[in-house]
Amino acid sequence: MTDTFTQAVQLVINRETVNSTVSPRTHLADFLREQQMLCGTNIGCEQGVCGACTVMIDGVPARSCITPAIACAGSMVQSIEGFDDDATMNALRTAFSAEHALQCGYCTPGMLITALDIVTRLPAVDDDRVRLELSGNLCRCTGYAGIVRAIRRVLDAQREQTATPIASATAAATA
Amino acid sequence: MKAASFDYARPLNSLDAIRLVTPTDGMAKFVSGSQSLGPMMNLRLAQPEMLVDLRGIAALRECKAEGNTITLGACITHAEIEDGKVVDGTEGLMPHVARGIAYRAVRNRGTLGGSLAHADPAADWITTLRVLNADFLVAGPAGERTVSSADWMAGAFTTALDADEILCAVRFRRLSPTARWSYYKFNRKPGEFAEAIAVCIDDSANGVCRAVIGALDGPPYLIPNARALIDTAMPDAHLEAAGLVPGSYEYQVHRVALMRAAAIVREHGRNPQ
Repeated sequence: MTDTFTQAVQLVINRETVNSTVSPRTHLADFLREQQMLCGTNIGCEQGVCGACTVMIDGVPARSCITPAIACAGSMVQSIEGFDDDATMNALRTAFSAEHALQCGYCTPGMLITALDIVTRLPAVDDDRVRLELSGNLCRCTGYAGIVRAIRRVLDAQREQTATPIASATAAATA
Repeated sequence: MKAASFDYARPLNSLDAIRLVTPTDGMAKFVSGSQSLGPMMNLRLAQPEMLVDLRGIAALRECKAEGNTITLGACITHAEIEDGKVVDGTEGLMPHVARGIAYRAVRNRGTLGGSLAHADPAADWITTLRVLNADFLVAGPAGERTVSSADWMAGAFTTALDADEILCAVRFRRLSPTARWSYYKFNRKPGEFAEAIAVCIDDSANGVCRAVIGALDGPPYLIPNARALIDTAMPDAHLEAAGLVPGSYEYQVHRVALMRAAAIVREHGRNPQ
């Protein structure tokens, strides 16, 4: 497809610098899927409502379907393919599997990105707040119960991990 | 769907941005977070020939507190307000409102100025900045000008901005530490656009007691003196003056919002955080 407005773009995708050309009308999700062959990002509503296309842009979740790829020039994009060595993301993946937090899996890449944001930004939240934070990601299979449990599992594990050093420090101080 | 073809530029200062848009006779549009314009372009409700991205202009992110005057740059995101990364000056009202806008992924990119320039009647900032009686600082080919809160929004999706003018910042008087405020938004699902909004400010130290009814067909409706409303919770005259028809669904949800907002200020002082 030809577009007279095609521009050069440089950005970092999953920690690799990418130099490419892009038509300004191409949104980031299409750029990732069709020009970078990173098909983990799913496109649902293409109007910013369903959350399936959520990726990290400069470390925070964003909708890739309503963000032009050209607007990400100079940014750091992380798609679901870019988290294989991320311990928290791997804990979330294990928890999603254990808690049946997916069925068809279409919403899962976006859910995992949002879940990562929840457990890192809001480590002390209750289940009601988890549900509120998830309200921008639609799942038509699970009824969300498994997704909330999976996030709860990782939040609880994080809390235990941060609690342990304090307990051992106390033990060391009294010993 | 996909957006129609368009050109794109990200200038580094306001003058260059205006120079790009002025000759296009309204066919180029300024954009910041693209969280409203993006969906409209994907649905082809909007087909600008060019987007001029304002996020490269550092001056549009400047925020300052000078005495009792707060200035917030237009390109500040909802998430930055939510997280307290910029000066507040509203005793927690603006962070509270920010937390209820759409979803975190949208708040990370959507901006204060973008929302105010888009002027969706059901949006949060257009209602909140009205009760704060904010001034709107605008730059255009003829220089800078200030638009008052009352003159900002002319109707749904219509503001005082010309096509080649940029909203640079908003400026309002800081609320005093003893100010009471409330914000009540009625929607069926978290993050949706509001079906009704009511917001009250009772700042006796500054001699201000205002309320605003939002999410109407047009601009938000200001109640300049809300003392009687807050004390007696008699909202009907205000609702009818705002153009709502008694007995309609819209009237009922706005009535609930206004009664709740008045009650929160009266009984609790502020929304629970």
